Amino acid sequence: MCGIVGLFLKDDALKPLLGEMLSAMLVTMTDRGPDSAGIAIYGDDVAGQMKITVQSSQPDSDFPVLEKDLSEHPQLVRESLHIQIRDTHAVISVAESDRDHILTLIKDKHPNIRVMSQGQSIEIYKEVGLPKDVVSRFALTQATGSHGIGHTRMATESAVTTLGAHPFSTGSDQCLVHNGSLSNHNMLRRKLRAEGVDIQTENDSEVAAAYLSARMSEGLSLGEALTSALNDLDGFFTFVVGTKTGFGVLRDPIACKPAVMAETKAYVAFGSEYRALVNLPAIDNAKVWEPEPAEVYFWSH
Amino acid sequence: MTDKPSKLPRTIPVQSATFTPAVNAEIRRAAATGIYDIRGGGTKRSVPHFDDLLFLGASISRYPLEGYREKCATNITLGTRFAKTPIELDIPITIAGMSFGALSGQAKEALGRGATAAGTSTTTGDGGMTEEERSHSRLLVYQYLPSRYGMNPDDLRRCDAIEVVVGQGAKPGGGGMLLGQKISDRVAGMRDLPAGIDQRSACRHPDWTGPDDLEIKILELREITGWEKPIYVKVGGARPYFDTALAVKSGADVVVLDGMQGGTAATQDVFIEHVGIPILGCIRPAVQALQDLGMHRKVQLIVSGGIRNGADVAKALALGADAVSIGTAALIAIGDNDPKWEDDYQKLGTTAGAYDDWHEGMDPAGITTQDPKLAARLDPIMAGRQLANYLKVLTLEAQTIARACGKSHVHNLEPEDLCALTIEAAAMARVPLAGTNWIPGKGF
Amino acid sequence: MTTIDLSENGLRHLNETLQSQTQGTNQQDWEIINPRGSHAIAVGLDAPIHVTVSGSTGYYCGGMNKQASITVKGSVGPGVAENMMSGMVVVEGDASQYAGATGRGGTLVVRGNAASRCGISMKGIDIVVEGNIGHMSAFMAQRGNLVVLGDAGEALGDSLYEARLYVRGTVKSLGADCIEKEMRPEHLAQLAELLERSGTDADPSTFRRYGSARQLYHFNVDNASAY
Repeated sequence: MCGIVGLFLKDDALKPLLGEMLSAMLVTMTDRGPDSAGIAIYGDDVAGQMKITVQSSQPDSDFPVLEKDLSEHPQLVRESLHIQIRDTHAVISVAESDRDHILTLIKDKHPNIRVMSQGQSIEIYKEVGLPKDVVSRFALTQATGSHGIGHTRMATESAVTTLGAHPFSTGSDQCLVHNGSLSNHNMLRRKLRAEGVDIQTENDSEVAAAYLSARMSEGLSLGEALTSALNDLDGFFTFVVGTKTGFGVLRDPIACKPAVMAETKAYVAFGSEYRALVNLPAIDNAKVWEPEPAEVYFWSH
Repeated sequence: MTDKPSKLPRTIPVQSATFTPAVNAEIRRAAATGIYDIRGGGTKRSVPHFDDLLFLGASISRYPLEGYREKCATNITLGTRFAKTPIELDIPITIAGMSFGALSGQAKEALGRGATAAGTSTTTGDGGMTEEERSHSRLLVYQYLPSRYGMNPDDLRRCDAIEVVVGQGAKPGGGGMLLGQKISDRVAGMRDLPAGIDQRSACRHPDWTGPDDLEIKILELREITGWEKPIYVKVGGARPYFDTALAVKSGADVVVLDGMQGGTAATQDVFIEHVGIPILGCIRPAVQALQDLGMHRKVQLIVSGGIRNGADVAKALALGADAVSIGTAALIAIGDNDPKWEDDYQKLGTTAGAYDDWHEGMDPAGITTQDPKLAARLDPIMAGRQLANYLKVLTLEAQTIARACGKSHVHNLEPEDLCALTIEAAAMARVPLAGTNWIPGKGF
Repeated sequence: MTTIDLSENGLRHLNETLQSQTQGTNQQDWEIINPRGSHAIAVGLDAPIHVTVSGSTGYYCGGMNKQASITVKGSVGPGVAENMMSGMVVVEGDASQYAGATGRGGTLVVRGNAASRCGISMKGIDIVVEGNIGHMSAFMAQRGNLVVLGDAGEALGDSLYEARLYVRGTVKSLGADCIEKEMRPEHLAQLAELLERSGTDADPSTFRRYGSARQLYHFNVDNASAY
């Protein structure tokens, strides 16, 4: 069903290379997932600013209208407002206090524009297509940042669409990618929706992301939320989860879906196959291991 | 008053439709033994099936073909996607996987002889390839199962196709089962098990899980066999749309779909009757998946589970399958459950047609047994001829129907040649209810 | 010594070349360079040749090996030496999950650690792991020997048949029907032979033996909780 890659940089000197390294890892996993691909990059954050990444399948018509609406919006702090368009995505930088205005505007007036992520440092790019095409469309080899997660998808039960691609983001600066198949996602989706959580697709991975965000919004840390996932989620899964400062890995108790990690003084890396890690600096001297089942692994800055 | 009326009207004893005599007997048996009921065969209860579909023969708007000179061809090629040596069959009917172990050596030989005479293939089962089978089957498909009993590269290289078994219709999600009575020394040797013990089942493959891993496994099998052999992926009927799409994405040459009527040598009765869907509900979703991927006819689809006559064959093809596979029907053709053994069936507490305790290895017909005396009752040469005859009849019947629909090749049968007698069949086969334009549930 | 560069020649060329070697071949020694985590390297070999893989591989390295001696100077992905029939596979680094899965003969040696499901469904292969093994190892192991110098993860030998398990380190937990058994002289001798075969320096008397309790060989309702 999927290939997952993840990179958490401990050495700031590598930050300019995050996109290049992560993109190469992602493309290596193409065979595992030819349907769609996506990357979450945790880039530089600016104090007091938020970034909202949006997507449209008709960017040439939708984005100019959006820009116009934003420039005419009465409440926004204009000096803080920037829009950077990349292919079908756009990153809207706004003052933190303006985030909800923008989300409301998009929801009310731009139903064709989808919010991919929002947060202080996260940007998510995902589209239908091969990893190498997704990487080049969004110039991801040039991205910089402290950590990132990538995913290539072979859809199992839900549709091959942009929204069905991973990573899924269900909270500010949060995202999740998943390799596996959850067996109780339908009832979890109903339960979460009844709690008021917004879930947009029929995709099991989105349910996992929403579950974790819901638990974290109740006050649990990422580690605690992942631990409670072991009780509530059923099926086979390897999750890699990102937060603003953190990077987490969890495998289900049966742990059949593959997972390999590598750690050096400079980075922690994750791949569904060792192949994805082969070109990382000093990989020959890295500590390489496979995460234990039902154990939460977590690193943070 | 001392006189009592002697004959009052009484109610008639009524058996419950929920707690039927058969159900009650099973509850008593479970209470006595503490073990689930194990049996062979496929689902016995009535489910929507091909009988609920009818062909719209030629009339004024369509013209039929004459017999004889106006040919209706039946040949098919399997494995055209990646294999260097695809399989050419004379008829679109193959013999499904059944193990040596579940069946006697003589029965496997009979299947090989009959299939070869008819120009088609047989399939090994959960136990590996026997010499008898390889030598008697001109075309042999070698199953690659979760158990991997007897698996070896030499047999992989001398088979004609490889069938990666993810599941089968009788028990999608279940593994193989063979009880101690049938683990003879020879069977035990082939399976690397101690003789006489119950073989436990693995339901997942040991070294891959999921279609992303399956893709890599298929690569390995191709590398070992020089990319020569077609690789089939077999699943039981459950989520046919997704399963077919994923089989294609994993690199399969052929997809094999087995509905709940498909038989097994042995598994829990509840598994057979309550897990998996009828083949009628599998074919259109599977074909849709192939069409959505632009792979219909490029990745071939073989369907099985309750194929009994040429009408079933023709209907499966009309719905979009490339071929069908028979298991239970082939066994009946070579003598399974034949009334001539009725005395023996009675001694076993059953009757001809109902005998399904194949796991006990006491088959009077000598087919689902390892007992040498019983197995000797089957003459492989005569039985092989019976199977060849039956395959011939299936083919002729399918051709007759196809000609009546104006087709010069059975593969030109299409869904529009069909209509349905019931709403369920109409919805599952996605063809209109007879005499109407209505296809229930068409939204899907 | 013949060298094949996988990155230049491709997998098909590599396997075709190695598979075409037969019993009396002149080319006894082979080196494969630039494996770079590729899958299905040196699968289906059937000749008594020596193959060295210089680097780490992906899935199924040495799958269905017959007669050949394969040494991987690196780590391997899932399913190394799966269904091996005979010969020897030595992994100098670590092995991923399913190492030696369904192996029917031959010897698999892992100098580092093996991951989960090591020796799953083994049918005659001998496996020696000098490091640790992961959870669910020797699941439904039918025949053969698994020797572990380090520790074993959860549920060792779950649903075990007749394979023998020798572990020197700790066992996190035993699977259904797997019990510790007495080490008798014949077991010590067998273990010594296995360790010598793998070139491993360890004292057989420091190991414990595990095997099947054989309670699941015939269904008994009182064992239902094991299922």
